[in-house]
Amino acid sequence: MLEYVGLIPLFPFIGFVINGLLGKKIKNEKVVGGLGALMVFCSFLVSSGILLQLIGRPAEERIFEKVIFTWIQSGQFKADAGFLVDPLSALMIMVVTGVGFLIHVYSIGYMHGEEGFYRYFAYLNLFTCSMLLLVLGNNMLLMFVGWEGVGLCSYLLIGYYFHKKSAGDAGKKAFVMNRVGDFGFLLGIFTLFWYMGQTHNVWTVNFREIAANAHLLPVGGVVTLIALFFFIGATGKSAQIPLYTWLPDAMEGPTPVSALIHAATMVTAGVYMIGRLNFIYIRSHEAMLVVAIVGAATAIFAATIGTAQNDIKRVLAYSTVSQLGFMFLAMGVGAFTAGVFHLMTHAFFKACLFLGSGSVIHSMHHALHHAHSHDDPQDMRNMGGLRKAMPITYLTFLVSTIAIAGIPGFSGFFSKDEILWQAFSNPFHGGLNIILWGTGAVAACFTAFYMFRLVFMTFFGECRITAKAKDHLHESPLVITFPLMVLGLLAVVGGYIGLPKLIGDMFGGIPNYFEQWLEPIFAGSHEFTLQQLAHAEVHHSHALEWGLMGASVVIAIVGISVAYTLYIASPQIPKKFTDAFPALHRAVYNKWYIDEIYDFLFVNPCKALGNFCWKGFDVLVVDGAVNGVASIVRGFSSVIKNLQTGYVHNYALSIVLGVVTIIAVYVIR
Amino acid sequence: METIAIPAVNLAAIMPETVLSVVGMILLLINVFLPTEKKAYLGYLSLIGIAVSLFYTMNGWGTPQEGFNGSVLLDNFSHFFNVIFLLCSALTILIADQYVQREECNHGELYPLILFATTGMMFMASGTDLMTIFLGLEVLSIALYILAGFARNNVKSNEAGLKYFLLGAFSTCFLLYGMALTYGATGTTKIAGIAQFIAQNSILSKNPILLVGMLLMAVGFSFKIAAAPFHMWTPDVYEGAPTPITAFMSAGPKAAGFAAFLRVFLVALPMFKAEWTSLLWALAVLTMTFGNITAIYQNNIKRMLAYSSIAHAGYALVGFVAANEVGVAGILFYLLSYTFMNLGAFAIIILVGKKGEPNNNVSDYAGLSVKHPALALAMSVFLFSLMGIPPTAGFVGKFYLFSGAIKSGYIWLAIIGVLNSAASVYYYLRVMVFMYMKAPEEDFAWLKVTPAFFVTVVIAIAGVLVLGVAPQYFLKLAQIAVMI
Amino acid sequence: MLGAYLPIIVLVIVAALFGLVSVVMSSIIGQKKPSPVKLQPYECGCEPVGSARERFSIKFYLIAMLFILFDIECVFLYPWAVLYKRLGLFGLAEMGLFIVILFVGYIYVWKKGALEWE
Repeated sequence: MLEYVGLIPLFPFIGFVINGLLGKKIKNEKVVGGLGALMVFCSFLVSSGILLQLIGRPAEERIFEKVIFTWIQSGQFKADAGFLVDPLSALMIMVVTGVGFLIHVYSIGYMHGEEGFYRYFAYLNLFTCSMLLLVLGNNMLLMFVGWEGVGLCSYLLIGYYFHKKSAGDAGKKAFVMNRVGDFGFLLGIFTLFWYMGQTHNVWTVNFREIAANAHLLPVGGVVTLIALFFFIGATGKSAQIPLYTWLPDAMEGPTPVSALIHAATMVTAGVYMIGRLNFIYIRSHEAMLVVAIVGAATAIFAATIGTAQNDIKRVLAYSTVSQLGFMFLAMGVGAFTAGVFHLMTHAFFKACLFLGSGSVIHSMHHALHHAHSHDDPQDMRNMGGLRKAMPITYLTFLVSTIAIAGIPGFSGFFSKDEILWQAFSNPFHGGLNIILWGTGAVAACFTAFYMFRLVFMTFFGECRITAKAKDHLHESPLVITFPLMVLGLLAVVGGYIGLPKLIGDMFGGIPNYFEQWLEPIFAGSHEFTLQQLAHAEVHHSHALEWGLMGASVVIAIVGISVAYTLYIASPQIPKKFTDAFPALHRAVYNKWYIDEIYDFLFVNPCKALGNFCWKGFDVLVVDGAVNGVASIVRGFSSVIKNLQTGYVHNYALSIVLGVVTIIAVYVIR
Repeated sequence: METIAIPAVNLAAIMPETVLSVVGMILLLINVFLPTEKKAYLGYLSLIGIAVSLFYTMNGWGTPQEGFNGSVLLDNFSHFFNVIFLLCSALTILIADQYVQREECNHGELYPLILFATTGMMFMASGTDLMTIFLGLEVLSIALYILAGFARNNVKSNEAGLKYFLLGAFSTCFLLYGMALTYGATGTTKIAGIAQFIAQNSILSKNPILLVGMLLMAVGFSFKIAAAPFHMWTPDVYEGAPTPITAFMSAGPKAAGFAAFLRVFLVALPMFKAEWTSLLWALAVLTMTFGNITAIYQNNIKRMLAYSSIAHAGYALVGFVAANEVGVAGILFYLLSYTFMNLGAFAIIILVGKKGEPNNNVSDYAGLSVKHPALALAMSVFLFSLMGIPPTAGFVGKFYLFSGAIKSGYIWLAIIGVLNSAASVYYYLRVMVFMYMKAPEEDFAWLKVTPAFFVTVVIAIAGVLVLGVAPQYFLKLAQIAVMI
Repeated sequence: MLGAYLPIIVLVIVAALFGLVSVVMSSIIGQKKPSPVKLQPYECGCEPVGSARERFSIKFYLIAMLFILFDIECVFLYPWAVLYKRLGLFGLAEMGLFIVILFVGYIYVWKKGALEWE
């Protein structure tokens, strides 16, 4: 099976070619969509075969490289078109093809009747192909091809509803911001290649060869530079501070696209890259610190913004940014396994959340459409009480929300708790550990709050749309709910392959399968840490670990309770009072002004903070900086444009001036 | 009375050029007897001539031929460039026919002129004597001046021809003066002879006359490749010239300029390497930056591509500054890729225009993808290649150029180059935004893809993708070619 | 290194200043009493007739250019004729080729009607 690794990206590519060229002629949605999904499913089957074969091998032999042909060779420089299968990439292809397949299936239902249905599936297939190329490429250059490819598809799919100006703008914003990141990535490749070549005569871009020669890299210095260059690339693709503003805007695309590209797969490419290049990061303490701080800052920052949003997809978008921040925090504290683990669990529950929101929007859209209402189907203030109309969507959504909030027993708990524990106990950042942990913990609290706020506003309480529209609310068809159920299930059980040792021991020594699986990838970095840092093996007491675990559970529960109080409990408490004590009616009518006090004390400051972060920082500073650069360039451009007068004598003068300057510089030196 | 010794004539050394010029003359004669509506036959005949010339070029790969007392050398370097030139003129001829019929400037002289221009370019690449190079340059330039003003009834085209002529003549003076000074300092016009003379008289490397000669030659060549600040003519001329000619000018003559530039500087003046690399460093930065920044502001797509072609000359200069095997081979590779992507893009620009309405504004491309998805896709491929996005030829080419620069230690130059190509995304993407994300304003009913256009676009796409996906073979050829 | 050129630079500057100063000074100091006669272009004392900006027929340039072209042919033919014997068969062939090329041009020009005045 390993020999056929090339088929994995090939299948979606075939789907892309057929749908792209013939899709318009085929017209039949079932054929077009079915073909797209089938191709990804074929890839999934091959991937599963490969995974099983790898599992069958002893740990140290779980690596396989298949070179298709030599792509570029010049002098000592050589890049193959080849694939690298190892535990990390095997995991990634499983996530990409598995979640990808479900989302393809979902899209058949969701995109039903849309104009350009074939176009959508062609792009989605192309995206899958590029993403697989990204994770399977055996060298940095091929990875870059995939990296650019996913960026392109993301651009095309964000701008899918191109008749909307905002969609086109959002696509362009995403593409340009990604290109800024790509620039860092390219510089990273160049510098690493050049450094290894110049100083150690190792001219390679192949991951295995670089990893094998990692001991040649110094600690700090140029490695910091390389690591930071790569990290710039990661911030662009994975929407971290300061390059994250494109992701919320990217919600202009169809919802399944948001689920696949902007939650489950593409945006995690940066995390994957750092995992792939872990041996570089481990050699630069400074770079790791930067990664950790940016990750933690993004995590809390985006979480606060999430609390102030009313658009259901925007909440999820900021939530994604925040969760990606957690992953980077993990990478930055050397907990590569935990970061990749969170990547996987996040892919499950966030894809489920996005698809669930899609199902809600779908239903709302139909209902409002029938009622001839022009209310926004994505605005949560228009929703409420949907759990009765959409039980499956509600249940899967709730499960995933519990998972993301970090309630024990669900997948998100295991991965997030592991990250927080590592942030606290890692040997790298000394006194900063407590701050990193604290930031992460507060962000987790916010996460629980805004996610449950989302659930309460959407599925609980009274339905806030007109009665006429309400009758048209209905559960989505099976093609939509089936992926939801599968992903919901994964959101629950996905975490059990990576049980923390502490809990595993309690149940008779169940090992952490996930850690064992990825061990060969990160073993080198682990050994390096042990050599470099004498105190790396400090043992924290079990009590402490239990304590922190308990704390994170408490934090999650606090977040949920606040959400419950504000969005469920308080509107009902006054009502009971009204019935029992009519005399107090007026006071109670105003709900003891509790809501106002709550608003004043908690909600408004939170919202204000969120709004400040969003409007003040996001819009003014970040967007301002980006737009500012653009307008400076444009201004400069218009000045230069005036030089182009159209008069021949002016042109001749510029030639003469050029000649005079050149000669003056060189002769009178 | 003894006879005068005649230097060895080796006709094999000028065979590709001979074929082209003979065919050109024959076409000129046929032309005067041919009615206007049958001028297209001249195009087919010229394609045959190009094919024969290409045969002689390909056939001679690996066996260098020297002739005319060492003033012409048909080596792998010139073979590689000859292929670029022939490809460029063949594609131009393929797209020209429909255009000249539409714009009613169907004069048969077009085809001979293109052939003569190509002959000139070939001499620039194979000349090993400053005089041969200069002759080639003049043959090329004079043909181009006429071609730029070819649409006689169009004021803009006339303006383009005249401007190009005046400025071209002006800059040629600098080139010639530089050659004269070099000759004065070294006593020979043979490129190899100059290098030998300088090597034997090392004091010459301090000689200001030779230095100024070198600088002036650099200026002359920079004008030809449209490097800033000698680029001012480019936008006006490219915009005014008939579109097929613009396509031709932006690929072929630019490559020819690089061929002569490379040979003269790498072979004759390696002693001045420190001086000319620093000069070219500055020119490269200026050229890339000027080209890209000004392109951002353009609404006319021909003008935008003119500025973009300036920027691309800047990228190629990056490889020249590196002056190592990777960088210089990268230039050859890049020029080949550029020929494909640029001619492809221009082919589509011609298609989108109609008589009297060139439809050259970016907004005229609104909704092209809806009406003609295949054309829009083709245009996107070319634009992606121009942006330098994998897996297209443009990416691989830029990669070689920049990695060559890094290899020689010019990291900042590479950074500026990469930044520039990131900025360039903006204006290329704008065309795509219009094609894909705007509702169509026109029905594009006039748009007719003739077989010639089909062939051109297919060749161009194949070139862009083959060079992008499997550049290995071509890069090897380029590397063999630069061993001069 | 450039010390030797210093006098030339000084000369250039002095010459430029001289020209500039005399023009500027005369326009500042000089009296201005224009009259129609004074403002007439000076044509060797004759009264000017019509505008000086006459337009010539384009044919004039065409014929003049062609004349120069074929005149150059003679310039080459002459030294060849003088050294005819010493150049031998090669010289003959070469000159034949040269004339053939020009002849092609001649036919082209003739057929195009460039030699006809009307």
